[in-house]
Amino acid sequence: MSGNILRRVRVAEVEPVANRIKRFRFVDIDNAPLSEFSGGSHISVVMHSGDRLMRNPYSLMGSPTDTSSYQISVLNVDPSRGGSRFMHENVKVGSELEIGQPLNLFPPAKLAKKHVFVAGGIGITPFMAMMNELDGLHADFELHYGVRSLEDGAYCKYLQSRYGSRVNVYRQDLGQLIPLETVLSSQRLGTHMYVCGPKPMIDWALQAARLLGWPDENVHSEQFSAPPPGKPFVVKLARSGRDIVVSGHQSILEALEENGIDAPFLCRGGACGQCQTEVLACDGFIEHNDHYLTEPEKVSGKKIMICMSRIPTGSITLDL
Amino acid sequence: MGLTFKDETFRDDFTYTNSPQNIRRFPFPFIEDQYRYSVNIEPHTPGPKGSPFEFPFDIDEHYVSEMRDRALVLEADPLRCQALPHMMTAQWDMLELVMTSLARDYPEHFTLHRDGSAWHWINRPLGIDQKFTFLDASTLPFEPMEYIGRQVQGDFSIQDQRDNQLWMDAGIITSQADWSLDFDVGMNFFEWHGPVPLAHEAGVFERALKFLLNLQIGKPVRRLNWTMTINPRLDTSPENFHKWGRDRMTVTPENIGKKLHLRVEMQGLFRLPRSNAILFSIRGYLMSLEQIVTVPKWGRRLPRVLRSLPPELVEYKSLGRFREMAIDYLSKYDDGAPTSPGGGPD
Repeated sequence: MSGNILRRVRVAEVEPVANRIKRFRFVDIDNAPLSEFSGGSHISVVMHSGDRLMRNPYSLMGSPTDTSSYQISVLNVDPSRGGSRFMHENVKVGSELEIGQPLNLFPPAKLAKKHVFVAGGIGITPFMAMMNELDGLHADFELHYGVRSLEDGAYCKYLQSRYGSRVNVYRQDLGQLIPLETVLSSQRLGTHMYVCGPKPMIDWALQAARLLGWPDENVHSEQFSAPPPGKPFVVKLARSGRDIVVSGHQSILEALEENGIDAPFLCRGGACGQCQTEVLACDGFIEHNDHYLTEPEKVSGKKIMICMSRIPTGSITLDL
Repeated sequence: MGLTFKDETFRDDFTYTNSPQNIRRFPFPFIEDQYRYSVNIEPHTPGPKGSPFEFPFDIDEHYVSEMRDRALVLEADPLRCQALPHMMTAQWDMLELVMTSLARDYPEHFTLHRDGSAWHWINRPLGIDQKFTFLDASTLPFEPMEYIGRQVQGDFSIQDQRDNQLWMDAGIITSQADWSLDFDVGMNFFEWHGPVPLAHEAGVFERALKFLLNLQIGKPVRRLNWTMTINPRLDTSPENFHKWGRDRMTVTPENIGKKLHLRVEMQGLFRLPRSNAILFSIRGYLMSLEQIVTVPKWGRRLPRVLRSLPPELVEYKSLGRFREMAIDYLSKYDDGAPTSPGGGPD
């Protein structure tokens, strides 16, 4: 019912590509072809670290037509909830992992006259596959990529050599910032803008687009943030009558899974809506960390996305 | 397998019938005696051997004749097949999915050789042997959706996914139950479902859309839908209403067993990997009342179901004129005995 079809893959290659960023290449365990995918897709990677089960979403960055392998890039986040550190420290060439099928919540708009990509740091990865796809379709695009320094920014040289003047890199260490206002105000009608990176950058880009009068339909963003940590609390399951403790570093979904409870999910990033759950009772306010519920829905306190959101303390009763 | 393809017509003299073996594999859609509206979506996973659910795309004894009828429809009205320009990748997705499925599931009838982008497709029932370059539409006699759509039973539409909506931006629709691709092309999920009664109030379409937006690669789903048609006519399109509308005046208590057909659509939904679009297959099955009642369980159940239909559905399924007549005809075959759960024959 819930989640993905999982398939076993073997790590064929691990390459450090920038400070704290490694690129991983996966092949099917039997070298069977993997599914094609569309640019902007991600996969979830299942990690067993001790008795902890983690599933992190990572954008696919290779060529969408390459069915022999998938590639992802992982930033070793500090502080890590464990997923990215596990990938960096425990996953080597020859390691075996389980991954889900590609899922695309960040597709390029097929009717766009032009695509403008705005990336910050590790947020470059979905655009790698999108540019690959759009280049093959001879579509018009440009990239604006902000990095701390050339040592911190992955794939700068590769992208510049492959796409030439369509790639613009901005180095924070040289005081360079993405001239977003200039970029967005000089586009022709029918252009779509996509932003992926840290939350402040996404907020900045979305706001800039709004202030410049861009239609909401032409503005797209994706952010894979880990579920923010907090204090432990209790989830009461109305249907089974069970009480589950969610620890400070866990999401509700992870706590349910650890207790063998099958709850629906797909993206695990608060974007797809699959894990939406009815709230029957709650102590205090829900900390909504998803991008799916509307503001009125969040305020109502009747729904929660269990992959991302939590409560400060006390207990919450869910229709599960 | 042993499929023998029948030579029959879906117009003029209407020689279409189901062979005795084919009657038993009919996807009878009513799983209980009482009609209940439901979305009834289930995983499109391989069903029992020989059943229409065995493979993603079901080929049966009517294949060759249905493809001939489709060619006639397209010749008379090329607008039954349309694809907006941004759907080319999705067209190739569909061609690949259908060709690889048919070659895998019906190897005695279809063969696909792939060497990189050099593909070689052999369709023995239709006598087709085609070498072409995958992703190069100039190497096929039609665009990819039309090319493969002329070689697989069922109508197809392809939905682009954008702005958290599905848009019917391509399709090859020649055997539809009174709806028009030419009218619907470019519409979104809520627009093209506008005419369906009852379900809007129940919020069914919001939930269905949300479900479909998250449809995964490799996890297709299916549902059964049904209506009724006079004569075994595939092309009951609005464009040709002047040809088939008057058929409805020809039904009498004497001929209703032969004339009135239950039309079942097995609808499949597939996420297409390269384009992130969704392929919607509408595989139609037709069976006359007189053939339905050869299965005792169906003869008992169908009149009970027709009696329990809500009035809005009687109208929507164009049953108004014949429901009573059909119930009268069918009731002869209902001895009042209980029926087993599920749609299949006992």
